[in-house]
Amino acid sequence: MKYIKTLNKNKLTDNISSKGCGECQTSCQSACKTSCTVGNQKCEK
Amino acid sequence: MVHVFNVKDLYFAVDTHSGLVHVLDKIVYGLLTDEIFKEENKYRNLYDTYGETSIKEALTEIQYLIDNNMLYTQDMDHESKIQPVIKAMCLNMTHDCNLRCRYCFASQGTYKGEKAYLSFETGKKAFNYLVKNSGKRRNLEVDFFGGEPLMNFETIKKLVDYGRSLEKEYNKHFRFTITTNGLLLDEEKTDYINENMDNVVLSLDGRKEINDKMRKTVKGTGSYDLIIDKYKKFISKRGKKDYFIRGTFTSNNPDFSEDVKHLREAGFDKISLEPVVAKPEEAYALKEEHVDVLKKEYEKLAEYYIESNKDKNKSFQFFHFNIELDGGPCIYKRSVGCGAGTEYVAVTPSGDFYPCHQFVGEEEFIIGNVDEGITNHLIVEKLKNVSVYDKPACRACWAKYFCSGGCHANAYNFNKDFSIPYGVGCELEKKRVELSIYIKAMMSQ
Repeated sequence: MKYIKTLNKNKLTDNISSKGCGECQTSCQSACKTSCTVGNQKCEK
Repeated sequence: MVHVFNVKDLYFAVDTHSGLVHVLDKIVYGLLTDEIFKEENKYRNLYDTYGETSIKEALTEIQYLIDNNMLYTQDMDHESKIQPVIKAMCLNMTHDCNLRCRYCFASQGTYKGEKAYLSFETGKKAFNYLVKNSGKRRNLEVDFFGGEPLMNFETIKKLVDYGRSLEKEYNKHFRFTITTNGLLLDEEKTDYINENMDNVVLSLDGRKEINDKMRKTVKGTGSYDLIIDKYKKFISKRGKKDYFIRGTFTSNNPDFSEDVKHLREAGFDKISLEPVVAKPEEAYALKEEHVDVLKKEYEKLAEYYIESNKDKNKSFQFFHFNIELDGGPCIYKRSVGCGAGTEYVAVTPSGDFYPCHQFVGEEEFIIGNVDEGITNHLIVEKLKNVSVYDKPACRACWAKYFCSGGCHANAYNFNKDFSIPYGVGCELEKKRVELSIYIKAMMSQ
């Protein structure tokens, strides 16, 4: 592509049948306690 | 849904439903803005500026992305596969504190009630509930919180031992965090925490004069000088384990990037600085009128962040600029919200369960207790039904899969409705996401 560069390799919609295990961290527990951010968490799989 | 934006001379498109982030040439940015690529009579006007050939090549690339579900991807209303079970607890080890921070949401530690300390027996019951009610989830999170948890340090140690003793039998793994104001940190506690806590949140607001304006001792004096050296010593022994130095900014310091700089220069390399959440009548509250200034300040902070991270010796993490574009949570996690009351409860010294620490003291939000488990299913059901698809403002928002709909407590406290998110928080979150993407692009160049 000459005009567009995509930053990520995976889509949220990829392989969704294997997702949703729920092992990930509860979003409020890390360092905020007053907001909710999931975009910076990691998948545990 | 596509969100097009620029930061300085970098141009981006976020394709909300695929989660893809595209860095755009200025031509594509022009074509996607207001979706003029869809109307020939509009995009022809760009021929003079960019040339017909370039516009047509750019249109071909846009069409390629659309055809491959990389742009304007349709939302699928991913009905959650995650069957929520309680897997995380915020243990209020004390309803008492040795500081008197002016902005404290917990009424200086007492949560509008009497001073109280969580007993080992109550903590044990809480852990028993957690291991027995967390289904197949192996990783369990416990945050020792307060008030000030180090005022109940001996009980924490016993509970950590107790939690570890349950792991094998129930095939669970406890991840412990402690959130402290640092006043009671000494060598023994420092070593214990560094050995046993997976994460540590150390409260400090930044520059001495800023910190001391809000974070007061019982005598009303500033707390900075009592704490800063304890934290420096603490992190010098922390190794590679997680921690965050975590501050709050208010309308007193809209120039909060200076506080981040101060913390970095003091030697901390994992920093979180959060906007205060306070009733609008408080003099230090952040309101709609502050949003533009705060957004500019985040931009300033982003430049400092990029500059610092060019040098290994100066690099640091800023919690809200961390973004996982590939290894992040799945769509299900991103749609269900924070988990308050459904995956996460706060436990008080009297053994009551609340949906989260922010609700503690509001008795109508008691959802159960350590003896009977969840008893107030009405509130829990309400909290199960506030995903990003249930909230009109979130459903229409490009950033919904980055924040998962925001904080339920903030929604309730500001709008008396779980399904209406806290607007000032949303505006700041969207700005932070844009800047995190900008930073990612700059650092990948």
